[in-house]
Amino acid sequence: MYAVELEDIWKTFPSGTQANRGITLRVQAGEVHGLLGENGAGKTTLMNILYGLLSKDRGRVVIKGEEVELQSPQDAIVRGVGMVHQHFRLIPSLTVTENVVLGLEPVRDVLRRAGRKSPGPVASLMPLDLTAAARRIREIAVENGLAVDPDARVADISVGMQQRVEIMKALYRQADILILDEPTSVLTPQEVDELFVTLEHFREQGRTIILITHKLREPMALCDRISVLRDGELVGTVDREETSPEELARMMVGRTVSFKVQKAPARPGDVALVVEDLHVQDNRGVEAVRGASISVRRGEVVGIAGVEGNGQTELVEAVAGLRRVESGRILVDGVDVTDWSARDIREAGVCHIPEDRQRRGLVLGFSVMENLILGSEYRAPFATGPGHAFLDLSAIHDFAVTLVQDYDIRAGSVRDAAATLSGGNQQKVVVARELAGRPRVVLAAQPTRGLDVGATEYIHRVLVDMRDSGAAVLLVSAELDEIMNLSDRIAVMFDGRIVALRDPEETSAEELGLLMAGHSVQEVST
Amino acid sequence: MMQTGDPTLVLVGWLLHATLQMGTPLVLTALGGMFSERSGVVNIGLEGMMLIGAFSAVAVTYFTGNPWIGVLGAVVAGGLLALVHAVVCVKYKGNHIVSGTGIIFLASGLTTLLLQVIWGAKGYSDTVTQLPRIRIEAIRDVPVIGLAFGELSPIIYMMFVMVAVSWYVMYKTPFGLRVRAAGEDPATLDAAGVNVENIRTVAVVISGCLAGLGGAYLSIGFEAAFGKLMTSGRGFIALAALIFGNWTPLGCLAAGLFFGFLNGLQYALPIVPGLEWLQAYNNFIKMVPYLLVIVALAGIRRSVPPKAIGVPYEKEGRG
Repeated sequence: MYAVELEDIWKTFPSGTQANRGITLRVQAGEVHGLLGENGAGKTTLMNILYGLLSKDRGRVVIKGEEVELQSPQDAIVRGVGMVHQHFRLIPSLTVTENVVLGLEPVRDVLRRAGRKSPGPVASLMPLDLTAAARRIREIAVENGLAVDPDARVADISVGMQQRVEIMKALYRQADILILDEPTSVLTPQEVDELFVTLEHFREQGRTIILITHKLREPMALCDRISVLRDGELVGTVDREETSPEELARMMVGRTVSFKVQKAPARPGDVALVVEDLHVQDNRGVEAVRGASISVRRGEVVGIAGVEGNGQTELVEAVAGLRRVESGRILVDGVDVTDWSARDIREAGVCHIPEDRQRRGLVLGFSVMENLILGSEYRAPFATGPGHAFLDLSAIHDFAVTLVQDYDIRAGSVRDAAATLSGGNQQKVVVARELAGRPRVVLAAQPTRGLDVGATEYIHRVLVDMRDSGAAVLLVSAELDEIMNLSDRIAVMFDGRIVALRDPEETSAEELGLLMAGHSVQEVST
Repeated sequence: MMQTGDPTLVLVGWLLHATLQMGTPLVLTALGGMFSERSGVVNIGLEGMMLIGAFSAVAVTYFTGNPWIGVLGAVVAGGLLALVHAVVCVKYKGNHIVSGTGIIFLASGLTTLLLQVIWGAKGYSDTVTQLPRIRIEAIRDVPVIGLAFGELSPIIYMMFVMVAVSWYVMYKTPFGLRVRAAGEDPATLDAAGVNVENIRTVAVVISGCLAGLGGAYLSIGFEAAFGKLMTSGRGFIALAALIFGNWTPLGCLAAGLFFGFLNGLQYALPIVPGLEWLQAYNNFIKMVPYLLVIVALAGIRRSVPPKAIGVPYEKEGRG
């Protein structure tokens, strides 16, 4: 008995991207089914079609034996399909209860007579019964071991609880087919363990779970069967018992991949970057960096591990000169650069691979060539003539062509808009530009976020090469594996401070996870 | 309606009365704007919806002889004009500002044209029956209170009712929850299985109905005729009141009445003993409330607009 059958699903976006190319996927009732694939493989598109958020071009969708034409999520919801999106579909200004009931609001039907309910438009003007809803949410929470506070505002609760609210939304709608899209990407290792306990519990209750992921560890830990997608096509479906992480990786990427970054031992030199007791505010004027101190030497990679939102972003932006320093000092090669302008800091030899490549790293509408000289467009050889008033387009073109070759950027032409490149190639443009000036200090914030295995491997190698050629690399990443693999020293950031320094050879993901969650060093070591 | 007595008390009573008179159309129109903007649709067309409401109130009253049917006509006309805005912005994902501007020009042109067609007049329509005012005899002789509240247009009472109803709808009903969700994050509302386009369309039409009612107050509540372009920017002041009031019903009430009070001042100031000389600077004085509106808007704490305001919601790859 299949809970879900997707047959020969095709989907092409208006942009021309073929996201799904004849995918056939069958999910048995009561199993945990892993949907594995790199970014852009078409996993989320396929599931959005199953959830009624996207229309399909061709193919059949069968839910619990019944062929359906889904017009909206409502059609999927009534058939018991629930989806927890990667980017939570929650409204921060509303309470947990309001978020959960949205679209299915209980009302006190004051006009109800003789068992006849008021029609929809009338009912939607009846008084909301949020007390009853909160009671129901508490019941579901107890039944399923989901700790949520119905009265809290979503803006005030942790990311882990926000995810539980998302799951709650599906349970409140009595979903028995639950789709989770990359549920672990925002969680600490401990929260991931809790989530897996919850999912095990769901399996025992007989619910069907589809787990979308690009990480290999998760389906191996939890799933009964795993389907692998690549480039919009199904590569195959395998039983967990009969497969291995290596085989899954090969199916996912289409070739053998090395998980471990190959690198020689670090040969650290002089201290290149010093951050001393730094205090920085976030956009809302709340102090996000609260006395962070860290130093990076030439020829080493220092990785900052931490759950997102603990001040890493603000720390990097302050060092890059993009955010005002409230107090504290930043030294580059012994020179105090605190509150210098971003340009002066770049001139001092600091480059910055920003965490949001599309907003801070690139001007998407500009060509690859133009993007590659942003930040050095004002000086020779790109600017010529009196007062450097003109751009030397042929010099820029030659420079861009060289970089595109050196960094293996896959673009039709250097005149193509950056927006037309894939995520991996966009990131290569950013990295090529930033590293082209042979910087002394490299700030790399989430350098491989959203990239596929191939591009990630490439960026890692480039960063290690920079280290070996004598640059000081400060790496910020939410991926613990990346931090453990690349770093020569690991700093854990929590609540705006560097709370611990660890040697990657002597620590473990569990220890880092506890430190990232705010457990004190004493607690962790006992 | 001048009363004798202590000039200070008369002035206070008169100012309270003027505040209600000047504030009511602003509050009603701002409330309308709240529905539209909380659902995510910018509505600078309020001025036009108000104008067509003012015109329709007089026209319908002129032909039926019943000002109450005139009020109904104003509400319907405002709603219909808003429907145009909704179709452009919600159905066809047009730019909200451009559509809103178009709505204003459409309303100005249409009402000016029909003014000539019906009454053959360039400036004013014929006088029609005014909406009968509600007199409360019991308090008419009480100082201050009597002058302020003794004789008010029913639309002023309706305004207070609408504030309460809007508050209830916005915060206590499923519809209100959906409107707020549509303005904050339409994709979430969509994923929850609610049709975003329907919610936004209804919210925009409500905004037109309320703006139409605000316009009706001007033409058959306060006056008894329609004057060419008689709203003279009040739709924009209402928009300012909406922002000043932080997109909430009670905020709209307070801000609308405050701006109404500033408006009332322009008539009150020259009659204050010692300030009679201001009479000579009448045109300058008329500018003062608008200046104060700018000062008030500049001086307030940052108000927080709905997150998805002005952004057409397009489902990816559907349709």
